[in-house]
Amino acid sequence: MATYILKRFLQLIPVFLGATLLVYFLVFSLPGDPIVALFGDKPVNEAVAAQLRAQYHLDQPFWIQYLLYLKGIFTFDLGQDFSGRPIAAVLGEVFPVTARLAVMALIFEAVFGIIFGLIAGLRKGKFFDATVLIASLIVIGIPIFVLGFLLQFTIGVQLGWAKPTVSSAATVQDLILPAIVLGLGSFAYVLRLTRTSVIENMNADYVRTATAKGLSRFRVVRVHILRNSLIPVITFLGADLGALMGGAIVTEGIFNVPGVGNRLYRAVTQGEGPTVVSIVTVLVLIYVVSNLLVDLLYAWLDPRIRYDA
Amino acid sequence: MTPENMTPDLRTAAPARRHVEHFVADFSETPLQATDKVQEDQAPLSLWGEAWKNLRRQPLFLISAFLILVVVAVSLFPWLFSGIDPASEACQLANSDAGPATGHPLGFTQLGCDVYARVIFGTRSSVTVGLFTTLGVLMIGGITGALAGYYGGWVDAILARINDIFFALPLILGAIVMMQLPVFRANRTAWTLVLILVTFGWPQIARITRGAVIEVRNADFVTAARSLGVSKFGSLMRHVMPNSLAPIIVVATISLGTFIVAESTLSFLGIGLPPSVMSWGNDIQSAQASLRSNPMPLIYPAIALSITVLSFIMLGDALRDALDPKARKR
Amino acid sequence: MSSAVQFWEQGSDLERPLLEIKDLAINFRTSHGDVNAVRNAHLTIMPGETVAIVGESGSGKSTTALAAIGLLPTNGRVAGGQILFDGEDISNASEKRMIELRGSHIGMVPQDPMSNLNPVWKIGFQVRETLKANGLPSGPDDVAEVLSQAGLPDAARRAKQYPHEFSGGMRQRALIAIGLSCQPRLLIADEPTSALDVTVQRQILDHLDTMTTELGTAVLLITHDLGLAAERADKVVVMYRGQVVEAGPSLELLRNPRHPYTQRLVSSAPSLASRRIQVAKEQGVESTDLLAPTEPVVVEEALPEDVLKVEDLTKVFKLRGALGRSTDFTAVDNVSFSVKRGTTTAIVGESGSGKSTVAQMVLNLLAPTSGKIVFDGVDTSTLNSRQLFAFRRRVQPIFQDPYGSLDPMYNIFRTIEEPLRTHKVGNKASREKKVRELLDQVALPQSAMQRYPNELSGGQRQRVAIARALALDPEVIICDEAVSALDVLVQAQVLNLLADLQSNLGLTYLFITHDLAVVRQIADHVCVMEKGKLVETGSTDDVFDSPRQDYTKALLNAIPGAHLMLPPEVATA
Repeated sequence: MATYILKRFLQLIPVFLGATLLVYFLVFSLPGDPIVALFGDKPVNEAVAAQLRAQYHLDQPFWIQYLLYLKGIFTFDLGQDFSGRPIAAVLGEVFPVTARLAVMALIFEAVFGIIFGLIAGLRKGKFFDATVLIASLIVIGIPIFVLGFLLQFTIGVQLGWAKPTVSSAATVQDLILPAIVLGLGSFAYVLRLTRTSVIENMNADYVRTATAKGLSRFRVVRVHILRNSLIPVITFLGADLGALMGGAIVTEGIFNVPGVGNRLYRAVTQGEGPTVVSIVTVLVLIYVVSNLLVDLLYAWLDPRIRYDA
Repeated sequence: MTPENMTPDLRTAAPARRHVEHFVADFSETPLQATDKVQEDQAPLSLWGEAWKNLRRQPLFLISAFLILVVVAVSLFPWLFSGIDPASEACQLANSDAGPATGHPLGFTQLGCDVYARVIFGTRSSVTVGLFTTLGVLMIGGITGALAGYYGGWVDAILARINDIFFALPLILGAIVMMQLPVFRANRTAWTLVLILVTFGWPQIARITRGAVIEVRNADFVTAARSLGVSKFGSLMRHVMPNSLAPIIVVATISLGTFIVAESTLSFLGIGLPPSVMSWGNDIQSAQASLRSNPMPLIYPAIALSITVLSFIMLGDALRDALDPKARKR
Repeated sequence: MSSAVQFWEQGSDLERPLLEIKDLAINFRTSHGDVNAVRNAHLTIMPGETVAIVGESGSGKSTTALAAIGLLPTNGRVAGGQILFDGEDISNASEKRMIELRGSHIGMVPQDPMSNLNPVWKIGFQVRETLKANGLPSGPDDVAEVLSQAGLPDAARRAKQYPHEFSGGMRQRALIAIGLSCQPRLLIADEPTSALDVTVQRQILDHLDTMTTELGTAVLLITHDLGLAAERADKVVVMYRGQVVEAGPSLELLRNPRHPYTQRLVSSAPSLASRRIQVAKEQGVESTDLLAPTEPVVVEEALPEDVLKVEDLTKVFKLRGALGRSTDFTAVDNVSFSVKRGTTTAIVGESGSGKSTVAQMVLNLLAPTSGKIVFDGVDTSTLNSRQLFAFRRRVQPIFQDPYGSLDPMYNIFRTIEEPLRTHKVGNKASREKKVRELLDQVALPQSAMQRYPNELSGGQRQRVAIARALALDPEVIICDEAVSALDVLVQAQVLNLLADLQSNLGLTYLFITHDLAVVRQIADHVCVMEKGKLVETGSTDDVFDSPRQDYTKALLNAIPGAHLMLPPEVATA
């Protein structure tokens, strides 16, 4: 098991380095003056430009630039945004909000996705199954920003059940509606994954053997069908946490949630290159780490993996 | 049952504890059939033929195929569906937020543009981006995935790492970063979007292709072809690829839908197609401001977008059911 | 039919049957409407008795047995008749009643040990929940006791392991332990050993016999092997296409089969055929009718030359361990043998013996680590690509899996034509003519040309594979378990076809198989492999009559029905 963890960890290092290198390369090393580019549509302020050139070590060779940039990431020395605030402090403010939102979305999609998927799988081909399948397709088919507006308009504005926008404190109550919007797509996916997995396991030989042993239907479903079906589902959920945080930009925009996505969106529209790079890098890091955790979770859930490695 | 068959065989010297009858069924009721006879009562049917036969009976397929045909027709010949060409006929502020009127079935936007005409003429950019991104992704992802899966070894190892790196950067995030580049910011067209979406979209198809190829490459029929003298590359092209196509087609169809979503999301965020290009994403973004007073200019392009995306996802789902070899065996 | 049923009831005044199936009909709901899988099935099992149902795949034997424990697939249902367990009709019993009966009254040992244990739970857990569900004490000692009774050594420690840490034989012991843990009165054993190596098979069946005898458990044994059924059961029931065609005391059925299907089965079952050859030889009967080894077809030459020579062949695989460490695994260890033109040489071994690796190397699909393969006087490792291409024309394979060896996207014509096209033989018209001839040779109708593999049965696919192998008029054909996946009668047909082709075309076969019974029928020479090494080699008669190695003896001993006394004339069906 220890070697497995170590091996997976070592495999992730090149991925992280490669991804950050890619981001860095895209922003700072393509034709055109990157500093001018960082100002976007604004007039170039020479003093700021000079400061940025020094901050990003643009006088150094490429590899040194990249390594210094990496060092910055690991020491949380991410530079400053255009208003002069340290980016690290800005991230410290916005990340907890997005993390809360993503965890709420994850809980929503996990609980409802698994329950609906299990019932649909156990009643394969029946009315409930067919309805849920079609509904999940529709949910997957509608883009998240359309869904967001739709729910904001109906539930938030017309029905008034929830606040259409989020307060600056972004409390759990505020975030219920955005979390549902954020989690809906994945909810449909979890549902379908659980359903497929349950159907596959229902037909598995060991489930028939378990029944032949004289176990009750409830126990067969819980101990043999559900337990085995959850392996791919939990793996997906783990990887989805990183994806939800990175994908929250649209949801946060619609509901005005003061989170990472909102800040990233502002940085994009205002052309704050350094902030964009820092936020994306942190998101990549989260993605990579959550994938490592998923691998460990997978090994813990499925005893076969531990030894195959 | 003839009496002879019923006669118990009393000479039986079985060591059983009790007398056991020797039963023989009536021959006429249990006729012996020729061992392993070829069924000749049905017309021969290839796998694709069989899949097509199954598809034709699926309502999900029929609905989605019909919708896709309509969407494609609209994007090719928009002027057949709308008498107004929003590009040449200027919007009239006098019509701002007006409701449906004769010749304008869906009303007007805040700027007084005809919503119906904009929805019809906005179709093309979505379909173009979706279609060409999918083609690009199939080329790059398909080729790298097939080579990695088939040849394995260091080719696979290197491609797998590159793949992981691109995977770590989700589609929308990667596109956002790339749209920061001066080169792309200066030329925001459908083709830049295609290029960016292909850059971050190919790893998924590469993974699927790799998996499908690995599943087939060790099949006995590939080994058989190799031992017939078919070259390694020849058996990849002639045997492995045709048998790996099903999952790739399914994922590509669904991806087409997600690329359309990605295009409209980027446009919605203001970093996709420029406002001058008519697209659903842009329309939704500009209608956002007047959402509370006049939600319709947002709702209609959103419906068009959702139906288009849904059609491709439904088609993918129907194809999966028809092409999945596991489902076929049951 | 009614008179026959009465017949079966005659025994009931002695003792009440434990299981009695009467006029059973089972239907499956499919997209094409209801399909009848079993009809008019009847059988009786007395307490403590072992009854075997024998039949080919699709005969309804497993379906009948599953109905008796209420485990039909969800689209299946009992459409008529009765299943009486100890006098109680359970054919439509409530799920609650079935749960009471399962485990404690009716146990089951399933077919495939690899897929029948839940991979995510420890073995001990899976035993304990069985005991618990049936209200028996389920402490760690009880679990270990149950496992050790099934012949699992070191049971207390083993109980803490996961299924993937067990070998196939050990898993099957665990499954037997589970099936018998609650001391049921009836055990349904569905092909309990067909997924295992022959020597393990024998041990497991012996142990199962001992246990059920001790416990007084009645056994319903499902098997495709008539020899095995006759050896293990008091009574045999033969099923064919959903119906019981014959039933009676095992030996009586073998000696005096009355139904044409049973007669065919008796004459074709490899285990019985090989036993018959043995008996015939012992009694000095000339066994011309039997599927005897074909004499080497050497027409003019005085002595057949060695067409294929394998010298000191070794293959070492590098197994990648953790963190870049790799260990060597010697799959084939210093193997030497030679094959004479026009004869059949069989390589026999259990899984992991390296026999298929040898085949791969002979086919030049895998490079040997050391040693050489000489084909027609030329070392095959020295061939350049043009010579290799020519070599491919002369040596052709036939693989085991009839479902995997044909490209599902190619129709039969394209499949058989592919070698001709690849080697640019003839033009379109002459190739089509050749394909037609080849189809004739393998006794397939020419109308099959436009069909696709998924429309053909396993045996038919294997014929197509043979036709494809013959297309280039090869000299040597490597049959890698070519008949192992086929039903008995189909297997016999394909073996006959291979024998005919050999005598007509002077082919040389290298026959890779795990089934010694088949070897006896087809091979002239035998090479026995164990764990990568060649342990014994010789003519088929020598190896069968006087095996020198213990391993060979164990293999021979494991052929089901090896101890049955069969008169050779039984074969005249």
